[in-house]
Amino acid sequence: MSSNKKYWKSVEELNENSSVVETLQQKEFAEEIPVDEFLGDKNSLESSKTSRRDFLKYVGFSTAAASLAACEGPVIKSIPYVVQPERIVPGVANYYASTIADGFDFASVLVKTREGRPIKIENNELSKSKGGVNSRVHASVLSMYDANRVKRPMIEGRNVSWEEFDREVGSALDNVSGDMILLTQTFASPSTTKLINEFSEKYPNVRHVVYDTVSENDALNAFQSKFGRRALPNYDFSKAETIVSVGADFLGDWQGGGYDAGYAKGRVPKNGKMSRHVQFESNMSLTGANADKRYPVTPSQQKAVLAALYGYVAGGSSTSDLPAKIDDAVVKAARQLRKAGSGAVVVSGIPDANAQALVLEINEALGSAVMDTDNPRMIRQGNAEEVMQAVEDMKSGSVGAVLMAGVNPAYSLPNGKEFAEALAKVEVSLAFSMKPDETAQLCKFVAATPHYLESWGDIQYTASDFSLMQPTIRPLFDTRQFQDCLLKWTGNDKSYHEYIKETWSGSIPSWNTALHDGVFKATSPVEIGASEASGSINVATAASELARPSENNGMELTLYTKPSMGDGQQANNPWLQEMPDPLTRASWDNYLTISKADAESMGLENENVSNGGLNGSYANVTLDGAVVKNVPVLIQPGQAKGTVGLALGYGKKEGIQEEMQVGVNAYPLYKNLNAVQSVTIEKAPGVHEFACVQLHNTLMGRGDIIKETTLEVFNTKDVHVWNSVPEVSLDHIEKPVTSPEVDMWDGFDRSVGHHFNLSIDLNACTGCGACVIACHAENNVPVVGKTEVRRSRDMHWLRIDRYYSSEDNFIDDLEKKETISGLGSSLSEFGELEEPADNPMVVFQPVMCQHCNHAPCETVCPVAATSHGRQGQNQMIYNRCVGTRYCANNCPYKVRRFNWFNYTENEEFDYHMNNDLGRMVINPDVTVRSRGVMEKCSMCIQKTQKTILDAKREGRVIEDGEFQTACSAACDKGAMTFGDINNEGAVIRDKKEDDRMYHLLEYVGTKPNVMYQTKIRNTTEA
Amino acid sequence: MKKVKYRHSTSRLLLLSVAFFISFSVLGIAQEEASQDAAAEGQEQTDESSGESSGDSAATSDLGDPANGKSLFNSLCAACHKPYSASIGPALHGVTEKRDMDWLYSWIKNSQELIASGDNEAVAIYEEYNQTAMPAFPQLSNTDIDDILAYVEQPKPEPQATQTGGESAGGESSGGGVSVNVILGILLFVLVMLLAVLFLVNKTLRNFATASGVVIPEKPKRKPIWKSFVENQFLVLVSAVFGLLVIGWFAYGFFMQIGIDQGYQPIQPIHYSHRIHAGDNEIDCKYCHSSARTSKHSGIPSLNVCMNCHKTISEVAPETATEDYSKEFYDGEIAKLYDAVGWNPAEQDYTGEEKPVKWVRIHNLPDFAYFNHSQHVTVGGIQCQKCHGPIQEMEVVYQDAPLTMGWCINCHRETNVRMEGNEYYEKIHEELSKKYGVEELTVAQMGGLECAKCHY
Repeated sequence: MSSNKKYWKSVEELNENSSVVETLQQKEFAEEIPVDEFLGDKNSLESSKTSRRDFLKYVGFSTAAASLAACEGPVIKSIPYVVQPERIVPGVANYYASTIADGFDFASVLVKTREGRPIKIENNELSKSKGGVNSRVHASVLSMYDANRVKRPMIEGRNVSWEEFDREVGSALDNVSGDMILLTQTFASPSTTKLINEFSEKYPNVRHVVYDTVSENDALNAFQSKFGRRALPNYDFSKAETIVSVGADFLGDWQGGGYDAGYAKGRVPKNGKMSRHVQFESNMSLTGANADKRYPVTPSQQKAVLAALYGYVAGGSSTSDLPAKIDDAVVKAARQLRKAGSGAVVVSGIPDANAQALVLEINEALGSAVMDTDNPRMIRQGNAEEVMQAVEDMKSGSVGAVLMAGVNPAYSLPNGKEFAEALAKVEVSLAFSMKPDETAQLCKFVAATPHYLESWGDIQYTASDFSLMQPTIRPLFDTRQFQDCLLKWTGNDKSYHEYIKETWSGSIPSWNTALHDGVFKATSPVEIGASEASGSINVATAASELARPSENNGMELTLYTKPSMGDGQQANNPWLQEMPDPLTRASWDNYLTISKADAESMGLENENVSNGGLNGSYANVTLDGAVVKNVPVLIQPGQAKGTVGLALGYGKKEGIQEEMQVGVNAYPLYKNLNAVQSVTIEKAPGVHEFACVQLHNTLMGRGDIIKETTLEVFNTKDVHVWNSVPEVSLDHIEKPVTSPEVDMWDGFDRSVGHHFNLSIDLNACTGCGACVIACHAENNVPVVGKTEVRRSRDMHWLRIDRYYSSEDNFIDDLEKKETISGLGSSLSEFGELEEPADNPMVVFQPVMCQHCNHAPCETVCPVAATSHGRQGQNQMIYNRCVGTRYCANNCPYKVRRFNWFNYTENEEFDYHMNNDLGRMVINPDVTVRSRGVMEKCSMCIQKTQKTILDAKREGRVIEDGEFQTACSAACDKGAMTFGDINNEGAVIRDKKEDDRMYHLLEYVGTKPNVMYQTKIRNTTEA
Repeated sequence: MKKVKYRHSTSRLLLLSVAFFISFSVLGIAQEEASQDAAAEGQEQTDESSGESSGDSAATSDLGDPANGKSLFNSLCAACHKPYSASIGPALHGVTEKRDMDWLYSWIKNSQELIASGDNEAVAIYEEYNQTAMPAFPQLSNTDIDDILAYVEQPKPEPQATQTGGESAGGESSGGGVSVNVILGILLFVLVMLLAVLFLVNKTLRNFATASGVVIPEKPKRKPIWKSFVENQFLVLVSAVFGLLVIGWFAYGFFMQIGIDQGYQPIQPIHYSHRIHAGDNEIDCKYCHSSARTSKHSGIPSLNVCMNCHKTISEVAPETATEDYSKEFYDGEIAKLYDAVGWNPAEQDYTGEEKPVKWVRIHNLPDFAYFNHSQHVTVGGIQCQKCHGPIQEMEVVYQDAPLTMGWCINCHRETNVRMEGNEYYEKIHEELSKKYGVEELTVAQMGGLECAKCHY
């Protein structure tokens, strides 16, 4: 029976008179295909030299030729040195100690070079005052091979020779009328200071203004007022028993950074003791995430908190106007501080000189041994008032010349536009620059400067700790460093290298030893930052001034720097762009972090869409008429209500590749170089697509992923209570999963030869991400770009998972999960567990291939491309892999990465691996993977094999500590320990025997060679 | 009957011709050897003649024994002096005419003393050669010095002498070639004649047969063989299978040799002879390829390594020349080195104009294979020749080994690890020898077959 139903494809069809329907029924295409246009024209076809037949002939011939040509192997040329440098042996790496000092990051480093080109940055173990080899320092080697660098000196955009440049600049400087402003980064260099003094002698109208892009002006002012030296107190957090931080992200870039290694030492429970860390802050920072107790408070409340703390600890006051809950927290913190005595320390990041002065007073009152004011830090010298004054002077026209070195004020000044206009009025403008950035574009003269790996230098970290910078490669381009230019222009024919040597000639016993070690202790031959103790800050009134409630309307914005991008100098570095933020896990972006409550009230949304990506609303941020438009909004658990956060260093447009021009520039909101501002926020239209590598934010009470307990439980309870081995049922008897009888695999004897294990201490890990970049550099991990990361195709071999708690802490989460029963409660409560708390507890967990002894990936590979080595490494053989991806499917840890594309020499992925310069950073000992193969952490087999070979060649036994992976070597916190468990007396054996040890998803029975140490939190309230 | 005889005669003929060919070709080879011997003799003769002539000159110059002088000169003086051309020190030929004998004695025994004494001639020569001090030779007696001077005062051997020798040898050998050709020509002629005779005989016999009325039976028309083949399906199937197998075999062989460059012998920008250096002069491989001891790369020597020796060796000895490569050719190659490194042999100094040499790499492993020379050379104590073949005999280097993974693996299976005296191996040797119950462990037993030992 046939139906007389009429089916229709569109509503239009119901309209009987529609011409469109008629057309579509008659023709396949609604529009005429212009075949006649290109085939109908007889004339053009005849006049064409290539007929269709010819075309086919060409195709046939070229195909044949191409396949014939492919039969012959390529001729590979090999060009040895004509005169081989004595110390370079092809295939053997050389290491040089040097120092990064770019005005933001200061650290003594070890540079690994191969065949004369630097390929990796490592920690300098000799450096005692670790400046912190963070992810940016690790990535800095790639910034040298940046194709967007200024390659030679330029005058008005025209390439010139250095001779011409010197001549032109010389005559320009001689004829300057008015002041000459030398606007530089913090060099913290005795020789440079001496040189600038000499320059000022030659040109008496010179005014040297130091400009820190991210300012520590208030802390410097407070210290100067009290101690008569423009410096910052130095802290040794390894001595700390109680740390109270009021808005200080001291595990990040606070006051020059590098405090995390010392902090981590105190965080590992030893003899039942570990430090206690209380954090008051508005943004969820890395430091707050690591704290034992974190209180979200607004910046204005932070001032009151500090004032109250001062009152309770030093001032003898006993009341405050704070809300009861916070006041209670401050009282407790004060009590703990007093109890800890010399092990107590208070730090603050409040950008207010009064607050910073109070910090000094509190620590002095506590008798803190953590704070060291005798040997203060010299690595921040900037003076915000002088910088602002300089801009005013430029506007007024009293400045005849501006020389800028290491800074990019047109981008990074809050009044960047004003600065640009003022610069146009200045007769002689000169930028010493590595990049054709915003400032260099505006300058008449651009002096191309080398990267720090191509330069000489001396750096004063603290009053007595120094380090040397030495070149590790010949300058790649026709560049000359700032100091060499000054030497030339002051008529000194020495090189800067000789000049530094001369500076130090009387002060250090051996130049060569100092250069070899990279660091040395001495007294500076040149005084830096000395001044009178002005005492301009009155401590007595400071507390009451801070406590006074400030009237503000709108949201309080705290500008911060990300561990990956910092102040934005290395924005053109794809490794750093792709490194996910430790907290938000977003890469390639900055965004406005906002609390959930505020977001809801403003209608700002975050949602996960079907392709797995995170989308967010836009907002406009207004400050005194300055508007930063279309800032993506990301809802950040733990953000204090009434506050927002925004990272500096993004939104660069000049001298930077298009792919890297991401994020928004937050510097226009950095008014008076003050990180805290009162702003108004309004929703803007549009939806932003984030590239987040982690979508699920909470742990959902899965205690088998991260084990966490309190110090009290750890000290008093049996290990089975807080770190029990999972059990499985065998013949209805519960057996621990580690016992051989429940194992369905045949085990191998693993006691012969080396057997590598890696231990990750969750207590020492701060989540900084230095290991991620070190792994990138060591293993030639490709950069895939924002859209690919959004599709979860990131290639990081090592990820640092971040989990929030849904309740106040993870232990409550676990309890909640355990008590769920019945469908109703599981539906509602699992849903609740997915939502992070308003002030969640945070935990970081580095995850790489776990190198399972019973690896699920190995059994499913149809071509045996992944197999197990006797040394415990799960081996991935790229040339054998056919790309079925079964292994990735079967991996319970999801650590395998697939090469969806060819990431080298591919225009679609125009990052460092697509240009000859960027490829110089590639490690020649590790294969560059091609499309269609799986890859993953190899436990740095190239490094373990090298260590073994070195020992064989020298005929000796391998000592403990010689085996390292890139990540374990990069972790200066000691969170990662790598070693051979068959080596008696190795530290890794103790780690394996430790009560805190557990394996990830142990119940799966994979027997991983990577282990974790249970996270312990010190919840002891005094 | 005739048919049978006829066939018999063809096979015999074939056999005969093969026998002829073999015997003659052997003869030809023997001849070539003989001619080479003759050439060698010629060489010896010229040597002798030069010896004689030197004896003559010794007799006339009555200085001393040039033979003893030669050995002394080579051991003591040759590092800095050449008889007929300037090197680090001046050319010595004719020095007895320029200088007084007593002056020479004291100069050679201790030149610094002479210079210090303010001798004008001594100071002048010292200044001329950039104040390069000549070491003192107090061990030399006056007779020794006489001998040395006798050797250097021999007249320069005329290069023509060797050339004529070479020519005459060449002439002889070419003469030998002609004679072989003649014999082969004669042989060919004889064969052709035989064929003609046979044809004629056959024709005559047939003529006789027709004349005598014998009827040669007609061959019955048979089914063509290809037709019966096509009709036999079994045969077709078998041969098709066989054919496919053969094609498969060759296809497999073809595909398996792709990328294998065994025997690859590219032309290098400078004709560097390993035969001369590693073979004749027995220079240790690792003297030049020094990084093979410590690095994954054996390293192509940088040119400054060449100049360690070639600063003084600007030409090869006449006896180094071979039939294929003359002395002039080799000297030209050394000149290429000087050009590349920027050495001016006349002025004996570097011009600073360097032209790096673009060698063609012969042994190429794929990027995904990690190979470390030091592991094999220093730790394993393996001779270079094991993988690189008889390098000391190679005039032009070629790739001797296939460099395939199977080739590596085989060696790892068969080779025992050299463990004696290496502290690293003590523990693992103890454990593994217990495990496998053997005293000697192969690389494979040490884990040398694991994929990621070479692929990472």
